[in-house]
Amino acid sequence: MSERMFFIDHSRCIGCESCVQACAECDTHRGTSMIHLEVIQRSESVQTTPQVCMHCEDPICARVCPADAIKKTPDGVVQSSLKPRCIGCSNCVMSCPFGVPKYQAAIDQMMKCDMCYDRSSIGKKPMCATVCPSGALTFATMEEIQRTRRGIPINSWKFGGEEVRTKVYVMVPRTIERVDVELVQVTATPAPLPEDPYDVALMLEETI
Amino acid sequence: MAWGLIAAFAVVAAILFGSRGLRDFDPALVSYAGATVFAAFGLGYRYAMWLRRPPTRVYWFRGWEIFFNPKRLPSNIAHLTRIFWNNFFLQRFIERRSRMRWTAHWFLAWGCILAAAVTFPLSFGWVRFETARDSLNVYRAFMFGIPVGSFHLGTPIAELTFNILDISAVMVLIGVFFAMWRRGRDHGAMTVQQFSTDLLPLILLFAISITGLFLTASTHLMNGLHYGFLSQIHAVTVILTLLYLPFGKFFHIFQRPAQLGIDFYKQAGAEGPQAPCIRCGEAYTSRLHVDDLKAVQRALGIHYQMADGSHYQDVCPRCRRKNLALTQDGLWKAMSERGIN
Repeated sequence: MSERMFFIDHSRCIGCESCVQACAECDTHRGTSMIHLEVIQRSESVQTTPQVCMHCEDPICARVCPADAIKKTPDGVVQSSLKPRCIGCSNCVMSCPFGVPKYQAAIDQMMKCDMCYDRSSIGKKPMCATVCPSGALTFATMEEIQRTRRGIPINSWKFGGEEVRTKVYVMVPRTIERVDVELVQVTATPAPLPEDPYDVALMLEETI
Repeated sequence: MAWGLIAAFAVVAAILFGSRGLRDFDPALVSYAGATVFAAFGLGYRYAMWLRRPPTRVYWFRGWEIFFNPKRLPSNIAHLTRIFWNNFFLQRFIERRSRMRWTAHWFLAWGCILAAAVTFPLSFGWVRFETARDSLNVYRAFMFGIPVGSFHLGTPIAELTFNILDISAVMVLIGVFFAMWRRGRDHGAMTVQQFSTDLLPLILLFAISITGLFLTASTHLMNGLHYGFLSQIHAVTVILTLLYLPFGKFFHIFQRPAQLGIDFYKQAGAEGPQAPCIRCGEAYTSRLHVDDLKAVQRALGIHYQMADGSHYQDVCPRCRRKNLALTQDGLWKAMSERGIN
């Protein structure tokens, strides 16, 4: 069987927060959840999105770290900052293009998703991918994901002029070769109201 | 290389000066002094290499600039005293990580500091002891050749002076015990620990401490049995550790004080203008931090300028995460509008 990899499909997230709870169970950051679950814009949308570390091939968080405290394992997993070295400057938090690292003020250290390294390093699924009910977070082989999903997984990104390749894949339509990130705002489209909003019969009729 | 040589020469000069032209230098300790000179070279070299990294250079100089700002200096000194007490002496930030880790680190750190405070001045010839001319029961202590005190044998101060390295060895052994206990039982630590960076330092400290205690045991319990051999073994462990000092985990002793500089940097940033996110409009860090980060990114060749003239660094981390989801959504929407999957 080929190697299992991590796939994100933001659009599948249902905001159940299972991943947030499960993440804190991981032994390498026990008690502290490292995953981000964002509510995009509650007043306009029910959309939510999970964000794990994308484990960049050349991590920007490590490049901007003044203490040289962020290291990548030989299998490409970017770890939390080394405790003896991290000086808590938050450069990594502010520079990560995916907004992943978290600065823990109480212990003056940056911590981040390490793909549940205690589990994934021995072939087990990360906690979030184990519990995600909608498949927004999936740990599977490339063959499995290609067989069961529409679209394709890609790991190339562009933020302004900066090209980034990641260990984690995102699901996109088949014609896409790279995700070019530009600023997107949620634009509210007011739903058309029935002539008389209190006339339920009329409303049902219009819906049908 | 130049900074390594400067550091090494500085130690040699300090030895020559402090031992009054080697008059107070103890030749029996020459191997320790030699290894220390090498360690100074390695530390100078590695520290200079570390400072060559753009982010390190920016924050190192910025930290000093903020600290010595005349308007801030008095309050900075007061703040330094406070964080020195909390972060250096008590190491509270480690205690908040875990009590076990703190116990291990506190005993290791202070055992080592105590031992270093005694052995470096002794091996450099800065401190020496001699019996008083008029009484064999009185010891006199000299620092840089200047008499600084005397004590009678058998008094508590004498016991403390003669056994201070035993006390520090016991402290280190307590720390090693707790650290090994944690590293043998904590699944998280076991997953990421490496022999060269996490276990070797503990093994070296254990070797130094236990062989040091063997010397005391040989003297007091075994009538000096194998003392010469044991002292050589002890010297080997100390010298190996000194040689390892600049290149392994112990380098954090010299790197870590940068944390104090970051504290001043954050304070200055919080008191200055804040940077608003260009997507949500909320302030997310200091303007000082964002501007310095952009400079660091330029130096590192990270190009976050967007096509519309904006800068990705001006987007807060939360908006970056939301933006990713919206971008992915937009890709699917565009495809569905064109009727393609």
